[in-house]
Amino acid sequence: MSIFGEVPLAAPVAVFKLSADFREDQNPNKVNLGVGAYRTDECQPWVLPVVRKVEKMIVDDHSLNHEYLPILGLPEFRSSASKIALGEDSPAIKDNRVGAVQCLGGTGALKIGAEFLRRWYNGTDNTKTPIYVSAPTWENHNAVFSNAGFEDIRPYKYWDAGKRGLDLTGFLGDLESAPDHSIFVLHACAHNPTGTDPTQDQWKQIADVMKRKNLFAFFDSAYQGFASGNLDKDAWSIRYFVSQGFELFCAQSFSKNFGLYNERVGNLTVVAKDQDNLSRVLSQMEKIVRITWSNPPSQGARLVAITLNTPELFAEWKDNVKTMADRVLLMRAQLKEKLKTLGTPGTWEHITEQIGMFSFTGLNPKQVEYMIKEKHVYLMASGRINMCGLTSKNIDYVAESIHEAVTTVQ
Amino acid sequence: MHQHEMSTCSVFDGAVFMSSEMKLTEDFKRDTHPDKVNLAGREYVGEHGHTTWLPLVRKIKQQIATDPTLTPEYPPILGIPEFTQRATELALGKDSPAIVESRVFGVQTVGCTGAVRLGAELLRSWYCSSSSWNGPILLSSPCDDSLTGTFKAAGIDDVQHYRYWAAESNDVCVENMVHDLENAPERCVVVLFASGHHPTGAELSQEDWKRVAEVMKKRQLFPFFLMSAQGLCSGSLEQDAWAVRHCVSLGLELLCAQSFSYSFGLYGERVGHLLCVLKQNMLAVQSQAEKLVQTLWSCPPMEGARVVATILSNPAHLVEWQEGVKGIAEHCMLIRERLRERLRLLGGPGRWDHITKPGGLYCCFGLNAQQVEFLIQRKHIYLLPNGCLNVSAINSRNLDYVAESIHQAMHSQL
Repeated sequence: MSIFGEVPLAAPVAVFKLSADFREDQNPNKVNLGVGAYRTDECQPWVLPVVRKVEKMIVDDHSLNHEYLPILGLPEFRSSASKIALGEDSPAIKDNRVGAVQCLGGTGALKIGAEFLRRWYNGTDNTKTPIYVSAPTWENHNAVFSNAGFEDIRPYKYWDAGKRGLDLTGFLGDLESAPDHSIFVLHACAHNPTGTDPTQDQWKQIADVMKRKNLFAFFDSAYQGFASGNLDKDAWSIRYFVSQGFELFCAQSFSKNFGLYNERVGNLTVVAKDQDNLSRVLSQMEKIVRITWSNPPSQGARLVAITLNTPELFAEWKDNVKTMADRVLLMRAQLKEKLKTLGTPGTWEHITEQIGMFSFTGLNPKQVEYMIKEKHVYLMASGRINMCGLTSKNIDYVAESIHEAVTTVQ
Repeated sequence: MHQHEMSTCSVFDGAVFMSSEMKLTEDFKRDTHPDKVNLAGREYVGEHGHTTWLPLVRKIKQQIATDPTLTPEYPPILGIPEFTQRATELALGKDSPAIVESRVFGVQTVGCTGAVRLGAELLRSWYCSSSSWNGPILLSSPCDDSLTGTFKAAGIDDVQHYRYWAAESNDVCVENMVHDLENAPERCVVVLFASGHHPTGAELSQEDWKRVAEVMKKRQLFPFFLMSAQGLCSGSLEQDAWAVRHCVSLGLELLCAQSFSYSFGLYGERVGHLLCVLKQNMLAVQSQAEKLVQTLWSCPPMEGARVVATILSNPAHLVEWQEGVKGIAEHCMLIRERLRERLRLLGGPGRWDHITKPGGLYCCFGLNAQQVEFLIQRKHIYLLPNGCLNVSAINSRNLDYVAESIHQAMHSQL
């Protein structure tokens, strides 16, 4: 008899199952709009030119030592990554109350932040402190916080399916009714999966309520630069909160904007009231990291640090990021145009109003099933598509497929 | 709009300061004494005093950096099969019954710590059909604090210890160990060190392992092996993995956390592996491991695993690498011999078997707190509690100083 004989088979993760089904599909017209990574117009993954360059620099540098990185990570990575989020001239950085922990991608940053908050935020046992995540949100948010020991994870209203936009009233209402000191996971930009972000004015309203009710802001920033093409613009929400005096966490991922999905490059930026609080926080985070993965991996962090800290490389990187963002914006514009030209019923403004990698098309589950089964166009049951899966070669087919789905399936 | 003032207290006011585990290393770095020696480090350092890659590793890394076919995509959650298959074969041997019968799976993890953490999470979630198993788990005495911390962080609160290293003999006392296992609660999990015990370096012989495995089987104790330095202790990959393979041959289910840091010099890249040998229901357990990985790091980093997979999959590379590993093992043995010889010549009573009996990086002198303090503060020789030390940091330049200082610590009035 096996010790693990009773263990049940876990349900496969939807997005991976979609990709697996896509791979097995033999239809020549198949399109994968479920993939969570950038693709070129040839539908290929893209190694950023600046990344190729720096990779070679690293491997040819005989002066690098090969020891374990410090537990909190590569110092030059941590500081430059935080600067990217908060701005070079952030007053919080000048006040020495910003620190960071290098983590395993955005997931790792959320994990360490969650583990810390459960232990040390607002008293020493936060298992009952409510964690609020947007409805809908990235499917892994729930699991990360739940596994970190939080027992009360709740949705806050976010997506208004009727008007295909932000449900600000609902959002603000949930902020008001949240118990004081609750923790809110906020998407810094390019909301996953809806692609719908609050406007600057709407962020101000959100911040106002959060300040009044002492709600904690835990930003998830996976698309900085990738959303609008502009790093500062995509970080506006975080910087606004900092300027309003919030202490906050920001889980940063460099998977998308550096195309380094496989090297797990993340950074947990911590903004504290003062240096003393910061040093106590970091000392406890070091302990948490030590018993999770001990030390973070060096390759991706070195690459990012060298790029961010070398002016010519930094400029080249921003250019590469803009290339990706521009292609996505182009696909959005073209998809919307084609749907309008086809006369597809409904409004399609949201395609260009939404931002980042993802778009909530508004297709219902039956229409999604039609797209997959009849047209071999793969997208999530929620109607979410990855704009990066669109190319100049397949966009007509996709537009026609959407048109068919909307007009023939109710 | 009326602006509310932020509270002047911090939400982190309750966080207490925690002194760093790396304090010893930091103190060493700040120490300006010209003769200072750091024997408390975790890495293998060569005669020149720092870590290096095997030339082969650098070559493979260069290939990877210029390979146009490699994409930066998210890897599978459990890691790349090229790596996990090789890692599994390395631990169990290609013709292991567990591999042949398809009842083993491997997970590429963030270093050995990541493997231990994942294993701990798996046990907490699923051991003995429990929805929240919290122990008991038995660790060796002594062992790293961080090991205890890792299990507790995963929710396994009931951490106990079995006697392992004995101060009187400066060696493993297998009688004590077997006694403690005989009296352990049935079905508890026992952490065993296949080779390279940290921090003492003390090892069990194959005969000892047979006795231990017999008790494990009789009392239905579950083995969780840590194998951080396969090949570096005896110079033989098979010999260093003997304990794990023996348990598999007895039909036991087990977990094994492996590190590739030492054997490839890939400390920074965090290449680890969690091996799961089961009797049945492999796919289900694998799917649950996947779910747990997603809450920890989503998927593992590729660079290091690619290097290891490339080397282990190529017969010529494999031979070159094995020779490199053997070289490290032999270098450590040589240092141990020299240290023993120096101490013997310095005179004074003492047995020195504990220096040369085990292989690998670590060795323990059984010093008391005063003696350790003396070495750190007065001689600027940094070592771990109980006088455990990393022999690879001893070289021809500092051997005399280290030997004389240890001699002094043991035989002077402090």
